[in-house]
Amino acid sequence: MAPETKHLEITLETQVESVNLAEEMCLRVAEAAGFGEDDCYRIGMSVREGVINAFHYGNQERPDRKIHLALDITPEKMIIHVLDEGTGFTLADVPDPLAEENLLSTSGRGIFLMRAFMDEFDVVQGRNGGAEIVMSKKLPEPGSSSPNGERGQDTAPRQGA
Amino acid sequence: MASAGKIQRLGRGLKGKMSLRATHRDAGPVTVVDLSGRITLGDGSALLRKTIRGLLEDQRKKILLNLADVDYIDSSGIGELVSGFTAVKNQGGDLKLLQLTKKVRDLLQITKLYTVFDVFTDESSAIRSFN
Repeated sequence: MAPETKHLEITLETQVESVNLAEEMCLRVAEAAGFGEDDCYRIGMSVREGVINAFHYGNQERPDRKIHLALDITPEKMIIHVLDEGTGFTLADVPDPLAEENLLSTSGRGIFLMRAFMDEFDVVQGRNGGAEIVMSKKLPEPGSSSPNGERGQDTAPRQGA
Repeated sequence: MASAGKIQRLGRGLKGKMSLRATHRDAGPVTVVDLSGRITLGDGSALLRKTIRGLLEDQRKKILLNLADVDYIDSSGIGELVSGFTAVKNQGGDLKLLQLTKKVRDLLQITKLYTVFDVFTDESSAIRSFN
């Protein structure tokens, strides 16, 4: 880890409350890092979806398993890791929620949203064999952000993930 | 590493922000459900499900969800909207959406659900559309 990188990590219980807790914690870190309102929303939503994925699909909602959340703030970007204690999965196997046959599915949009909202997104095998989501958002240029997100940006995320 | 005390304080700060409230009123054969708060994993999604299922049990099958005060929906909330839509359709009814906030509209657009739901900005027009 580079000396100028700030690192934070937390181990979360496999429970619904952990989703809100992770979102709130990352929102505070993102705000402190200088992200505007729109980017904070995207980061918060992505963390939320990552932890939901770990809670539901990775850990199968088993309370004996943990969710490991880590944040790195480098001079260039905020990097988020969400690691579960499941058996892992391959991104290529995740159904496309935009496919006609999946449009009315009641689940399966979390990965899509994280890809759409973040600059970089990947899933790798974690140190314990579970899935580790790694995603990042480039830090705003100095002077380009405002606390109210008044940067002329639209809240609509990127498409095509 | 975050301390346990800090985590508890964060948790306390979330309680009011996370809740969803739902009330409903009749407009002729149409039931308007006014929602406010966040539709997210847990209580929010559960309340939406309970509300729609309760209306169906009461044979109220023309449902208009007013989302004017819903500023946040996650993938679980989206799933619950789709589930409600399908449940109502399967019983021969219709579920439509009213007054989306920008964030919710953007979400429905990127997930291609904006074209699945009938979405209205005006309540009177929405109610008339059920006829």
